Amino acid sequence: MSRNPSDFPARDPHRLRRAMDAARLLPIVGAFLFLLPLLWAGGMTSSGIIYIFGIWIVLIGIAGLLSRPLSKPPADRPLRPDEGR
Amino acid sequence: MVPFNLLVFVSISYVILLFLVAFAAEKRAEKGQLGWLRSPLIYTLSLSIYTTAWTFYGAVGYAARSGLEFVTIYLGPTLVVVGWWWILRKLVRIGRTQRITSIADLISSRYGKSNALGVIVTIMAVIGATPYIALQLQSVTLSYAVFASDRPDDWATSDLNSTALWVAAGLALFTILFGTRNLDANERHHGVVTAIALEAVVKLAALLAVGAFVVWGIAGGPADILNRIDASPVSQWQMKGDRWFTLIFLSGVAFITLPRMFQVLVVENSDERHLATASWAFPLYVFLMSLFVVPIAVVGLSALPADANPDLFVLTLPLAYDAENIAMLSFLGGFSSATSMVIVAAIALSTMVSNHIVMPIWLSLRGGGVTRSGDVRGVVLMSRRISIGAILALGYLYFRFSVGGEALAAIGLISFTGVAQVFPALMGAIFWRGATRNGAAAGLIIGFSVWVYTMFIPSFGESALMSASTLALGPWGIGWLRPQALFGIVGMDPLVHAVFWSMTLNTGAFIIGSLARFPGPLERLQGAQFVNVFEHSGAARGWLGGAAEAEDLLVMAQRILGPAAALALFQADSQAQGREGFLPDVTPDFIEKLERELTGSVGAATAHAMLGQIIGGASVSVHDLMAVADETAQMLEYSSQLEARTNELARTARQLRDANKKLTQLSVQKDAFLSQISHELRTPMTSIRAFSEILMEDPKTSAADRQKYSGIIHDETIRLTRLLDDLLDLSVLENGQVVLSNQKTNLRDVLSNAVAATASITTGRDIQIHRDKGRENISLTTDPDRLRQVFINLLVNARKYCDGARPELRISTRIRGGVAQIDFVDNGAGIPEKNQDLIFEKFSRLADQTGPGGAGLGLAICREIMLRLGGKISYLPGQGGAAFRVTMPTAGAAPGVAE
Repeated sequence: MSRNPSDFPARDPHRLRRAMDAARLLPIVGAFLFLLPLLWAGGMTSSGIIYIFGIWIVLIGIAGLLSRPLSKPPADRPLRPDEGR
Repeated sequence: MVPFNLLVFVSISYVILLFLVAFAAEKRAEKGQLGWLRSPLIYTLSLSIYTTAWTFYGAVGYAARSGLEFVTIYLGPTLVVVGWWWILRKLVRIGRTQRITSIADLISSRYGKSNALGVIVTIMAVIGATPYIALQLQSVTLSYAVFASDRPDDWATSDLNSTALWVAAGLALFTILFGTRNLDANERHHGVVTAIALEAVVKLAALLAVGAFVVWGIAGGPADILNRIDASPVSQWQMKGDRWFTLIFLSGVAFITLPRMFQVLVVENSDERHLATASWAFPLYVFLMSLFVVPIAVVGLSALPADANPDLFVLTLPLAYDAENIAMLSFLGGFSSATSMVIVAAIALSTMVSNHIVMPIWLSLRGGGVTRSGDVRGVVLMSRRISIGAILALGYLYFRFSVGGEALAAIGLISFTGVAQVFPALMGAIFWRGATRNGAAAGLIIGFSVWVYTMFIPSFGESALMSASTLALGPWGIGWLRPQALFGIVGMDPLVHAVFWSMTLNTGAFIIGSLARFPGPLERLQGAQFVNVFEHSGAARGWLGGAAEAEDLLVMAQRILGPAAALALFQADSQAQGREGFLPDVTPDFIEKLERELTGSVGAATAHAMLGQIIGGASVSVHDLMAVADETAQMLEYSSQLEARTNELARTARQLRDANKKLTQLSVQKDAFLSQISHELRTPMTSIRAFSEILMEDPKTSAADRQKYSGIIHDETIRLTRLLDDLLDLSVLENGQVVLSNQKTNLRDVLSNAVAATASITTGRDIQIHRDKGRENISLTTDPDRLRQVFINLLVNARKYCDGARPELRISTRIRGGVAQIDFVDNGAGIPEKNQDLIFEKFSRLADQTGPGGAGLGLAICREIMLRLGGKISYLPGQGGAAFRVTMPTAGAAPGVAE
């Protein structure tokens, strides 16, 4: 198998694998960020609202970006042990 | 003020619109034109039934009372959906490949197809969902009450109750009409899903409209709103960390385990890739729904009187500012959110009740012999309809008898905690192969009991089930069993307390129960299938819709039935359906007919499995595989029996052919033999007859002639006799009937006897015999008479046929390898090569030097005799004259004679 980085087919599977990894990490990062307010003392001011909603929309945006490569037909996707056919 | 009657009119029109949309969608689905019905947009919008009247009305009330805590209800599902790669993807894949029809079905099927577990989960789901349904009824009636305050007569409680009753009845009707029209093999309800997608749009539009009105209509824009938030009592709210964490966890878990959510997430899912779209579209939806909640709460708190119910701000605020259209839209939004939840929940719950409670009971009462279609289908549909009515009745009763003043949000959380008890068993089902049925049952029962004890019953306040003293001090005063302070740990928030203890004890019992006993074989099989689902299946191919399925079926049918028969079958059905072309609609009837046809060719189990794979996009179940294996084993055995029989027949035929050939050969030989004998016999007989005739007829023959003729006759008769004797001898030898008298004898003696015997024979020429008597001293165990007969024959032949000038016969003897070799070599011309094998045949005679020859049987007899004695006689070429070698096995050589 060619290891040439400019080899087009070889780049695609790697990109998709990264997308899968990102999809796995995203909820963990999101959970961490949403639970961060636990560390705050004091009341919930308007800045708190902006924080929560801000994180929220960023998560939505990243999920949207990841959804394109991850929703391609199975034939185009590389295989992984947990993915099967 | 909006006239109440106008409101009623608008509601009814809206409901009719929903009916029409659902009806149109069903019609399209029946025709197989599924197209946009299967789009990811519809799927995502159907997920919106997570946001019910609780969101629409109760979120604002929640925010007004507890600040930003309301957002946790949506953060949990956001995380679950954004993280679809972990859990949701596996759930959907399992749902498709195992053809799961409900969450109870998944649990029951995974843990060894246990009906008991199915029943437990169903009961838990019904009890857990009842408060939630009551909550929807409550919010709808409250929203009606808001608009009814313009009536001269106040709305009495009885009017509230009757409104709720009307609403419940209407919902039951809608659900029965579109949820139980027919039995879809995959339990999909296209009409209902489309209707709730429409309601999702209405919901969002309404809430956004109210929010926009509040932010830009009442307040002065986003900056103004932020200032108002800071100035409002809402900002005083202190975040409680334990509730924050618990609620995010609880809402995420409930998103997966709520029966209605499982129905739209897994059962109604038609394409796994829709999850990718939903992963961002659904969080976006709830984001938009939540966006204006705090502004509405803040403005409502400041603008409306202090005793106004914050749960209804979305209605009362626009009304207070005379934005009647927005208020109407808001009312429709609330109506949509309540009704969509109830419809889907009723369908999901009635499916579970009919599949896991009613049908097993009915089937066991019926006994065996139940057919697949017709009466069973009727019973299932009827039981579902009755269940829908019963579930809505339960919700109504809870609404009637519960503590009316309870905030909507609290009821919702009680319901969430109840359904969340399925979570440990569910996670174990899809991730842990070691999870067992007993563990799941233990976890479910314990979790459910703790929930009932710490949350459900206390929610009624002081009641017949639990007195105030029990609440405060524990049953019979046992401190550490206090419903809201188990094990003496006080100070926990009641919600956190209930969630913590129920989930902890649930999970603990589940793990211990699973580890305690080995799972049964079916559990292990199902465990492997569920947990390793990605290795056994690919994403289903069903996204091409109905036409592709019919074509797939045709390809498969052609392979089995042959092209002509398959095409004829399909075309006949297509015409019967009134369609043109070859491809009929893939209706249940057609599938049944096709399965019957295929059964004739490949067997019932195989036909069922193949059809199931194409239609359902599912992999073959273990049960089907076992049936197929049985059939295949039977067929293999039958064909191997056939093969064995065929081989036997071939063998027998071969043997018969060989025997026939031998018999033919023998027949030919016999014919040749008979012709030769008759020839041999005729010759002397002719002489005898001729000479005896002469003697008879001529009286004048002289005495000398008479003497001569009778001498010839005598010789001929002797010759005949000898021939017959030889023949008989040969026959006896060949048939193995000869009796040998074996005795120990000496070769030298036998040879001497033979030479002496031939000395008196006058036929042939005199021949000089040279012997080496010293070497002839060999001991033999044999029949000496027969051996002598052979030697006599050879000596006589030498006399007769040796054509040397002075005939000599040399007899030499030696021992080679335990075998005595006796060579008879004369000094004649020898026998030409071409005759060397022939001379041992019967009746073969070569040129005779003397008078009438023998019968030609001598060497044949010698050969037979040697065979019987265990030796051999053969011609020795290249010795100059005729040379015969006789070999005999020795009895044990005399010492000193061995070479």
